[in-house]
Amino acid sequence: MSIVVFAGAAQFASLSVLAAGGTAGAAVVAGLLMNARFLPMGFAAAPSLRGGSLARAAQGQAVVDASWALASRRDGTFDRGLLLGATIPQAFAWISGTIVGVFAGSSLAHPERFGLDAIFPAFYLALLLREVRTGRARAAAALGALIAFALIPVAAAGVPVIAASAAALLGLKRR
Amino acid sequence: MTAWLTTAALSLGTIAIKATGPLAFGRRQPSAALSSVIVLIAPSLLAALVVYETVHTGAHALVFDARLAGVAAAAVALALRLPLAVVIALAAAAAATARALT
Repeated sequence: MSIVVFAGAAQFASLSVLAAGGTAGAAVVAGLLMNARFLPMGFAAAPSLRGGSLARAAQGQAVVDASWALASRRDGTFDRGLLLGATIPQAFAWISGTIVGVFAGSSLAHPERFGLDAIFPAFYLALLLREVRTGRARAAAALGALIAFALIPVAAAGVPVIAASAAALLGLKRR
Repeated sequence: MTAWLTTAALSLGTIAIKATGPLAFGRRQPSAALSSVIVLIAPSLLAALVVYETVHTGAHALVFDARLAGVAAAAVALALRLPLAVVIALAAAAAATARALT
């Protein structure tokens, strides 16, 4: 699963549905909802990719949260080399980490005891600060955060993040 | 068996999702209006990811726990312009400390 899906949140979302006795269909929907955030990310990165349709679609597979955010040049374009370059070591780490976890996972039952669950929001916060250099970007970030916060108690896993991309529509407002 | 079917469907779906953006644009450059929306996708999604990763749980609920301490520590470290690796380490340490104390 780590090799072919390669998206932690989606893997956890679908596994938690299966673990709770849900059907395979429900598990797939949960995972895909979580991964639907790659749709707006893919649209954002698309103009910066090169090559034919097939090559572009293949490069699009490199879109994962961290690489995508790192590769963003803040002006709406993306560093293609960084996008691809940042994903490859992550894939190795993710897959080898999964293998280690399968064999040694029971010895580390509570990763949150070491504060590891705070790493992701801290990392995204650092990346967010690079993005909010303009008033509009700050407004979009505030609105996106608000949308996510409001939807977490009511929407399925992943939906709050996708819905927050609607905040980017602030860009249509005339300056 | 169910797990493998789920994995297969999930991976096909994810590949399709990731291919959609790059395929839809072809080689065309986006219009000015679209560009101004695209520029704002990163800040909106990143802000949402910060909130989501800080307060969500598996079960449709907001939870305020040690992760908040971790993110607060990260915010302070970022304000002090510390290097990213230090920011991340401080966030994990703060969350671990808060969790040990509660």
